Amino acid sequence: MQRLYDMSAVPRERTTVVRRWALIALCVGCLGILGAPTADAAQPTQQSAPDGFVPMDDVPAEEQLPAAPLLAAAYIVVWVIAIGYLWTIWRRLGSVEKELADAMRRVDTDGA
Amino acid sequence: MNKRAFPALIGLSLVFFGVAPILIVRAPNEQEMGLIQKIFYFHFASWMAMYLAILVLGISSALFLFRRKPSADRLAVAAAEAAVVFGLMGLITGPLWAVKSWGVWWTWDARTTMAMILELILVAYLILRAYGGPGSDRLAAGLGMFAMANLPFLYVSTEIWRTIHPPTSVVPQLPVDFGLPLWWSVAGFIVLCLALLTARARLEEERATLDRLYLALEDE
Repeated sequence: MQRLYDMSAVPRERTTVVRRWALIALCVGCLGILGAPTADAAQPTQQSAPDGFVPMDDVPAEEQLPAAPLLAAAYIVVWVIAIGYLWTIWRRLGSVEKELADAMRRVDTDGA
Repeated sequence: MNKRAFPALIGLSLVFFGVAPILIVRAPNEQEMGLIQKIFYFHFASWMAMYLAILVLGISSALFLFRRKPSADRLAVAAAEAAVVFGLMGLITGPLWAVKSWGVWWTWDARTTMAMILELILVAYLILRAYGGPGSDRLAAGLGMFAMANLPFLYVSTEIWRTIHPPTSVVPQLPVDFGLPLWWSVAGFIVLCLALLTARARLEEERATLDRLYLALEDE
């Protein structure tokens, strides 16, 4: 019988990586299904969307403490993600440039 | 991509991000939400940067599909990655605000669910590009255009569906005290997005050059 897909043509590492991603996707899907019945319970009740922003002079003192760490965490997360991503680009660029220089040398050597 | 553009853009974004905390600290506290509302200045701005990246992704994908421009494809890959990064910022800062304002980290609200789906579409694009093999570039371009088609729905989701997420219509009506730090932050994120796009697109261009060199070496 003729096979629809010839997996022998796909490198082994690649099929492993694809399987790993498929497993991760399956786990995320299962978590979503398990979480769905509790989604209604998580909906806040009796709360409507604000119509606009109204300025206020002071925040009550008891409210400032719990909000501040969350606010700080939000700004730190943004910075960490931005700098982390920039660092990955820089690393990948360095590696490709090194490979490019090696390839150029090989071209020059073959040409000579 | 212009090699000089990246340092200029990253320098400009540093200026924006250096001044933004001063403006945000000086901005008044919001009456209903209190101090936690200040997350909004980076949260909204990160979504705006994501929108820009998705627009670039969609347009570049269309150019690649219909005009067969390889440079457009390289820009699309860069834009998809940047969109995932800014989307991740939005998806993390949102729950940090929600846990204080709504009392829960996450709710399957129309806006939050759509944002999550859009992020997953972009992740799917990147996985397709990484492991899809030959021909996946055209398939991914279709996915990129599909991601762009989702943008208007995401933007108006708070207006057309029943949702507890603050509506987008609030933004144009903001008083100057709230508006200045917001639009300043948006400008900073847009410039940062352009800087990341420039750097990432350069990486793709160098990879393409390397591929051409290897092909030339094989032919010899």
